[in-house]
Amino acid sequence: MTDNTFNTVRKTFNVCLPDPSIEQSWTLKAYQENGGYQALERVLREQTPHTDIINTLKTSNLRGRGGAGFPPGIKWSFMPRAAEGQKYVVCNSDEGEPGTCKDRDILRLNPHALIEGMAIGGYVMGASKGYNYIRGEFWEPYERMEAAMKEAYEAGLLGENLFDSGFDFDLYTHLGAGAYICGEETALLESLEGKKGQPRFKPPFPAAFGLYGKPTTINNTESFASVPAILRADGNWMDGEWFKALGVENAGGVKVFSVSGHVERPGNYEIKMGTPFSELLEMAGGVWKGRKLKAVIPGGSSVPVMPADAVMQANMDYDSLRDHGSAVGAGSVIIMDETTDMVKVLERLSYFYHEESCGQCTPCREGTGWLYRILHRINTGKGVSKDLDTLLDVANRIEGRTICALGDAAAWPVQSFLKHYRHEFEAKIVDASGNTSDQSKNKMTADAA
Amino acid sequence: MATIEVDGKTLEVEAGEMLIKATDKAGIYIPRFCYHDKLSVAANCRMCLVEVEKAPKPLPACATPIMDGMKVFTKSKLAREAQKGTMEFLLINHPLDCPVCDQGGECPLQDQALGYGKDESRFLERKRVVASHDIGPLVATEMTRCIHCTRCVRYGEEVAGIMEMGAPGRGEYTQIGTFLNQSVDSEVSGNMIDLCPVGALTSKPYRFAARSWELQSHASISPHDCVGTNINVQTLRDQVERVLPIENTEVNDCWIADRDRYSYEAVNSDQRLTVPMIRDGNPENDGGWREVNWESALKYAAAGLLTVIESSSGNHVGGLASASSTLEEFHLFQKLLQAMGSSNIDHRLQQLDFRDDSTASRFPISQLPIADFSNLDAGLLIGSNIRKEQPLLSLRLREATLKNQAQINVIGVMDYEMNFDLAQNIVSNPASLVNEIALLAVEVSKLKENDVPEQIALLASPNEQYNDTQHLAAISNIANQLCSKEQTMVTLGAIAQQHKDASVIRFIAQWICDITDARMVILPPANSVAGWVANCTPGEAGKNTVDMLAAKLKAYVLLGCEPELDHIDGQSAMNAMLAADFVLQISAFKSSNVMKYADVILPMAAFTEAAGTYVNCEGRVQKSSVAAPPKEESRPAWKILRVLGNFMEFSGFDQITLDDVTSEVSFENLSSPKGKTQENSDTTIHYHHTRGLQRISDTPMYRAEATLRNAKALQKTADNPPPAAGLNAKMMEKYGFSDSDLTLVVTTNGEGNTVLPIRLDNRVPNDCVYISAGHLETAPLGADTSVSLEKA
Repeated sequence: MTDNTFNTVRKTFNVCLPDPSIEQSWTLKAYQENGGYQALERVLREQTPHTDIINTLKTSNLRGRGGAGFPPGIKWSFMPRAAEGQKYVVCNSDEGEPGTCKDRDILRLNPHALIEGMAIGGYVMGASKGYNYIRGEFWEPYERMEAAMKEAYEAGLLGENLFDSGFDFDLYTHLGAGAYICGEETALLESLEGKKGQPRFKPPFPAAFGLYGKPTTINNTESFASVPAILRADGNWMDGEWFKALGVENAGGVKVFSVSGHVERPGNYEIKMGTPFSELLEMAGGVWKGRKLKAVIPGGSSVPVMPADAVMQANMDYDSLRDHGSAVGAGSVIIMDETTDMVKVLERLSYFYHEESCGQCTPCREGTGWLYRILHRINTGKGVSKDLDTLLDVANRIEGRTICALGDAAAWPVQSFLKHYRHEFEAKIVDASGNTSDQSKNKMTADAA
Repeated sequence: MATIEVDGKTLEVEAGEMLIKATDKAGIYIPRFCYHDKLSVAANCRMCLVEVEKAPKPLPACATPIMDGMKVFTKSKLAREAQKGTMEFLLINHPLDCPVCDQGGECPLQDQALGYGKDESRFLERKRVVASHDIGPLVATEMTRCIHCTRCVRYGEEVAGIMEMGAPGRGEYTQIGTFLNQSVDSEVSGNMIDLCPVGALTSKPYRFAARSWELQSHASISPHDCVGTNINVQTLRDQVERVLPIENTEVNDCWIADRDRYSYEAVNSDQRLTVPMIRDGNPENDGGWREVNWESALKYAAAGLLTVIESSSGNHVGGLASASSTLEEFHLFQKLLQAMGSSNIDHRLQQLDFRDDSTASRFPISQLPIADFSNLDAGLLIGSNIRKEQPLLSLRLREATLKNQAQINVIGVMDYEMNFDLAQNIVSNPASLVNEIALLAVEVSKLKENDVPEQIALLASPNEQYNDTQHLAAISNIANQLCSKEQTMVTLGAIAQQHKDASVIRFIAQWICDITDARMVILPPANSVAGWVANCTPGEAGKNTVDMLAAKLKAYVLLGCEPELDHIDGQSAMNAMLAADFVLQISAFKSSNVMKYADVILPMAAFTEAAGTYVNCEGRVQKSSVAAPPKEESRPAWKILRVLGNFMEFSGFDQITLDDVTSEVSFENLSSPKGKTQENSDTTIHYHHTRGLQRISDTPMYRAEATLRNAKALQKTADNPPPAAGLNAKMMEKYGFSDSDLTLVVTTNGEGNTVLPIRLDNRVPNDCVYISAGHLETAPLGADTSVSLEKA
């Protein structure tokens, strides 16, 4: 899997992901032949006012691709550009959300788009240094990124006085150590500073107090990589409307969805915002083995699960998915067919959050383990009738009470799985009828003592 | 200012301040574990969640800044639900071992569980069990009880300045503990126990000694350093069981040093003297000693002293008092000696140079109020290991470096490890210390365009080492800070005050302070300021400690001290005592050495058993109270001295209460103006080093007085290493020693020698050896400052 024979890009609009037909798309040569670095060059040569670029991004309706959907145009405008001292742009390539693999492909196949996007970000926000924090397990993407940076430095696209503009931009990559929590932006900053990766309490936000206490803007890989294409605007320089028109009212452009699970053709699909889910499913070859669709997690394991009938009516954009009970999240579409055991799925997801909780604040540290242990008991036939109420109550007591969103992420699947599939959980609890089996209860109490 | 509403009550509060501070001030209770007024905000326990209008989620009061018009509900359904939720999470893995937990009864988790917990658990899984490691003799660990509030971690990182506790591991496997199972060696480690909101960190010496609700509290003052730390001495059935801090923001804040916390162990130790004893020479008795009643003992003591006075004169009696005596003890002690016709009275056992006694009434006092140590902009420490000498002042210096980016500098003789960052750290050696300071005075004079007195200029005369430009740059950097910064000080520590040329150092330091407007800070040991106030000093007619020992007087009266260990020149002290006709010791502790030379030993009450007045380094007068009655036959020293006065038929010893004694003391000189440089001071250098190694000596913090030497747990800490000869790696190589080799240490005057193990100590500069005082093993070396090392 070290060369491009393994290509998971199934469909693309050439914004973040290159056309699969481009040979060695990750090289500088291939990137430049397809319009790469034109935006950076023009911005620097013309000294485009930074507010113009921010306005273009705002017009384009680009929403942040990390999961929260916060528009980068607005985020960039928060940076105290005039503040003295060092400022930073940081790219979050710590792609750890179960089901997501889009940033990995951007790094593997289109690293120069990210470099160009970050350099433009640095120019706009007055930051002469950038860091790209890459997930610990991403060795191949890390090597591609490093190679691309070497090319960029050699070509004078990174470093001092770019295009004689007086603007310096240095970029560094940092390989994480495999902690999911370091994808949370403030934990990422802590980790980058060499500390234990634990989220900081906000406020202050990174724009005021970020890396090493300096103003910092953190964006997702896909967000940065979208910027050059948005500025090029298919020949209509800086026309935000181009990107906007690709999408829907509340979310412009195209976005990469990582489709995985029970489909014939899993992979990354860069599609227009607002594309009906049913079309995406069709592109992915439909549910595998001719089976029926049971459920979909449309945005990575942290967003609520959607039953088949709900998701088949939804479009792949923020508003539509929200209206149908879930969220775009990081765009990781997990397809589950009719044979899927929902109890087992939730048990596995809860194990993930239990394992990845950083342990800093109480509800998440204590609650995620509790959720997992209850689910593990239910799944192994040791559930008791009160378990489901307890489960839901514990999830509710984690949600909204923690420093970062990992607590919410652990709670939401529990809530949504119980909402839609409670009967499957009840079926696994022997005495779910409500006739509490004293024998089983006593046994549990004895175990706990 | 901002106006907010909390639970329907309108409050005028500071905008931007955290909500919990405002509610605390207004007396509105919000539960919490991780929040602490003196520590950074962690917001990790989630116990202080409250409802804020327009906020979709409950917010932590400790991390929510106040905004004008905010409406807060601390007891609404949402707030309660959130608080109860957190409590449930905290309890699921917390052991139900309150009956065997020392924290029980004073445990925030226990208390708050009552208000926010449920009587039955829904948690059907196994509870977490965490292995505890031994982290030293002072703090007991039971980490299964830990709720991960990280107060202890933040305390080490922020306040104490050494990060000994951390939180390795992740998620529910996070374990608070020391790194690599090391021990906690900070001299202020006990504060972690007070900070810990559960029974994870408890006091090891106090373990299972009492339940908190049985204890009686007594407000008192710690006698061990010049801070005057406010302590709460707690007793159970007339026995001291533990000592806790009393918050006083102007003195000790809410902290105490381990020395203040654990010295009480000595009070209960079996080394206590409990019965008067006399040596009547009867060989049938043990060493000629026998226990007697008070009347016989006092008669014997009075007769012994009167015999010396009658046969010779009062001038042949000398009185040495411990620096940790109370003001009243100092007063009656000197009054008694004066009544005997002697002015040989002193408490300065850690001083060799008294030349400025007559010229400068330079009181050893801090011109800088203790609280202002935290507000310094720059400062210079001369010959001070302040962290071990005055731990709480060191915490304040750390606060100043963090808060004000204060530039604290050191000119010293050892590379002591401080708990704050140093701007300049000049590690000189004892022989060059005066030159360094003189050089600084010259640099100061250049900046201030003020002529330096010729005496000082001469001392600064350049010798080889000052050709080092880097060194000069460092000195001039310090001068620059003292001249340009607003709040500054120059502090003389124990090593500067013990120096053979201490008076010269004081003279130059005072000159620098006069010129730069820096505050002059002399940090005396223990309650020494009270000793000065009570005139427990020789004055012009009497002999100071060194002269008293050198003169080999006929009789000595010792108050609370063991001169062979407490005096800087242990050898001379022992010789003088052995040669005396009559020695009376008044002490709280047994000592086999004292029994070799004393004739009468009178048991005095320990510091927790007698009330008294303490005067700290800033001149603050504070009274201690009686926490427990004197053990067995022991009596408060002031009463012993008073009755001894009666037995000797002196007038003026009719005080009935302690207040009667206190009222005899004039506090006038406390308010005397700041000392000024005296012209024509004697600046002859007495420290001469010609051959061998320069001996650097200090008294380890837990060897400084009998009380500390008898405090068991403190003796086991890393701050009480066995005596050794410390050499740096280069010197070890030069002299062909390796670690733990035995060496024969011989003083260059040939008078003293001892055998000690060699210890690698890279704090020691070249051509020096570090040999601490306060040990019988090192006492034979006396106060000689040059020694040679031979292979033993």
